[in-house]
Parts: sequence; C-alpha cells; structure tokens
Amino acid sequence: MTSTATSPAELSNEEIFRYSRHLILPEVGLEGQKKLKQARVLLVGVGGLGSPAALYLAAAGVGTLGLVDFDVVDATNLQRQIIHGTRTIGKRKLDSARDRIEDLNPNVKVEAHETPLTSRNALEIIRTYDIVVDGTDNFQTRYLVNDACVILGKPNVYGSIYRFEGQASVFATGDAPCYRCLFREPPPPGLVPSCAEGGVLGVLPGIVGTIQTTEALKLILGIGESLAGRLLLIDALRMRFRTLNLRKDPTCPACGTHEIKELIDYEEFCGVRQAAADDAAALSAVPEISPVQLAARIARGDDFDLIDVREPHEWDIARIPGARLIPLATLVNQLPTLDSARDIIVHCKMGGRSAKAVQQLQASGFRKVWNLSGGITRWSNDVDPSTPKY
Amino acid sequence: MTVTALLFASYAEALGSDRLELTLAGNTTVRDVVDRLRAMPGGSSLPAAPLVAVNQTYANADQRVVSGDEVAIIPPVAGG
Repeated sequence: MTSTATSPAELSNEEIFRYSRHLILPEVGLEGQKKLKQARVLLVGVGGLGSPAALYLAAAGVGTLGLVDFDVVDATNLQRQIIHGTRTIGKRKLDSARDRIEDLNPNVKVEAHETPLTSRNALEIIRTYDIVVDGTDNFQTRYLVNDACVILGKPNVYGSIYRFEGQASVFATGDAPCYRCLFREPPPPGLVPSCAEGGVLGVLPGIVGTIQTTEALKLILGIGESLAGRLLLIDALRMRFRTLNLRKDPTCPACGTHEIKELIDYEEFCGVRQAAADDAAALSAVPEISPVQLAARIARGDDFDLIDVREPHEWDIARIPGARLIPLATLVNQLPTLDSARDIIVHCKMGGRSAKAVQQLQASGFRKVWNLSGGITRWSNDVDPSTPKY
Repeated sequence: MTVTALLFASYAEALGSDRLELTLAGNTTVRDVVDRLRAMPGGSSLPAAPLVAVNQTYANADQRVVSGDEVAIIPPVAGG
C-alpha cells in the first residue's frame, strides 16, 4: 500500500513490484536495481535525444537525473521531443520534463540546472554525476561535454542526429577514445546545418536516444559489451546499422597528451560568434522591405517581380500570391530569365537565404533588389495570418 | 584497383551519393582516396583529414588501401 521509507540502498515494496521485470532478469536482479537507484545520471539537453533518454532512465529507476536546459517548449519541438506535450508549450523544458518524470516514476529525484553549459559551470555541474548523456544540439557544447568528461573521468554517452542519420558511442572510459580522437576541432561555422535548418525525422532521436539510454544503463549495471571504442552509424532511410572500430589517438589534446586542462568556449575561441556576427552584419546590410510595405505595393498594383528562393517542398506548404519559385541553388542558372530593369523583391522562410540571393543578384549587376525581412513567416505574422507557418 | 567510398550525412549530400566506386593507381593511401573525393564536384566540403574507417576500422591518412577495400568517410554531426 503506502511505501515505507527506505535507505538509499534498499528498495521499497512498491519499487520491488514496479521493477519486477528488471528484477527477474539475472543480469539486473535486486543488486542491479539498487545500483540503478543509487546512480546519478546527467542529461545535457532535454530535446530530441534527451526526451527518450530521460523517460527511459526514469522508468528504469535511475535514482537521480540531472537535467541541463534553458529552453522553453515550442510547438515545433513536439514532432520529436516526446517528454513535452501540447499542454506544456511555453513552459520551461525543465519544468515540463520534471512533471512528466514525476508522473512516470515518483521515486526519481530530478535536479534541474537551468543554464547553458559553459566553461565556467561545466566541471562543477558534471562533477557530482556518475555518467553524462550528451543530447546537445551544437558543436560548442559537445566539445565542452567531452573535455569536461575527460578531465573528470566520467563516461560520456554520445548521440547525435542529422536528418535520417545518427551516431552513437561511449567516450572517455578507460582505454576508449574520446570525441576529440575522432574530430579534433569543431568544423567551421555554417558548414553543418542544425535540425531547424536541415530538418530531422522525428523518430530518429528516439532511436538514437534510446541507444544512448541502453548504454548508460549497461554502464551502471556493469553488464554487456559497451559501445566504448566503437562508433555506431545509423541510417534510418535504408535501416542500416554499421559499427566502426575506433582507436584512441595518443596525440589527442584531451585524452592523449592531456594538454587541455581547462575548458574552452568555442564561441569565443574559434571565432564562431565573430563569424556569425560578420555574416549577420553582411546579410542585414542588404536593402530590405517589410511585409507590410510589400502588401502596400501589391495593393497599389506596383510593377515588380517577387522571387521565392525556398525549396519546392516549402513552396507546397505556403506561398505569397504572385511569387515565382526559384530555389536559391538554381538562381545562378535563372539569372538570364530575370529583368534587371525591374524592381525585384526576394523572399524565403525567415530572410536568411533571400539575403544571400540579394547579394548574388547585386554581384550580378542587379541594382533594384530588396530582401523581404522576416520572410514568409513575418508575412504570416504581420500581413496574412491565413498563411501557414512552419 | 578499385575501392568503395562510403559517404555519410552531409558528405553524401555534398557529393550527391552515399557510395562511390573509385579506380585508383596501386600503392594508394587513405589520403589519396580523400584527395580524389575532394577533387570531385561537391567534394570541397570534405576536410583534408576527415574521420576515416577502412573495412569498419579507424584508419589514419597514411594507411595503405588495397583493391576491394571499403573506405568510410564520416562527418561530424551535432543535432540533438
């Protein structure tokens, strides 16, 4: 009936009943379940990967879950971030996740860290946990998590996704390589699109996040064969799983030579922030027209060409009346079909790609070119709410 | 001799294929395979020293490749 207070190492009758399918596995048993109860796992990011990881770690009876996130639940998260729900849109992800975990398993203690992970707080936060599950969505934080785990000697259960493909491994345990042994430095900014830019199949983080969870549970229980020393590559479109054998790099600055003794904020270190700022400055310098101004020109019957530089599958979702579709990648080939004597207004989803298109047009001698600021999204907000946003 | 290059995620998109059969001269290294790919249309987005596995095992740039080898080139991926 009511569970009696138990010492941290003991299981209540309620817990014994709840975990019965674990307890009858000889590989887990009562001892294993107690190990899970005493374990402290840190999830960095409660998004696509962190959602299934948090749910299954909580369901499995991991005693303490640390959650690091500073984001708010957005409707576009729900296609894949299954710990959150329609009712928690607009709430802090930490609160949304905590509510769901408490409902799933009230025996789990949730420790919320509402902050971005930085070089100043990463060691302090990670230090008190046994295992880290890396569910971040950017390279800066992945390098931070890797280096902090190497310095502190904590296993880093890695997972990462891109469109239909995923990667998973366990880094920084014993003789196994770390993330830097594979990828010494972050790639230059802008080379690798994010989920928001590149899209992702919603179930993919479910596949990868549950693989990470499996590895974390095996590490706690001390059973099976870890992914440490191997990189799992997942291709969901072809449904192919490929495992590569890795090697620790003796020249790795993190786990080989140990020359990395302090954490690096890559935003500042490798000029990501500066490069992004330069890009943004260059793009915002192109001539702009607001959606309200565009609507006024349409209403006046002005003579101009409206060019939509998005992709055909985006055109299918929503379009501005009168626009002509020329995807950005094909713009160069379509230049001969454009009239530089006429006013040209270019738009995309948010204004980024169309700013690049305006620069291309200017470089090709077009003088009367404007970028629709905020793209079709702001057109929907400011002019025509019946236009779907995506 | 012929080797099979396997490309993943953004590298497959850049080169327009996830699997390319390459004919190379004998006495070839991983670096030669990567250089060949980098010289192809779209190949400029491959770094000079990407993560490579030959026959499913990590390989450094100087490792020899022989006919029939499968050379996987793996990009860093950050999404979560």
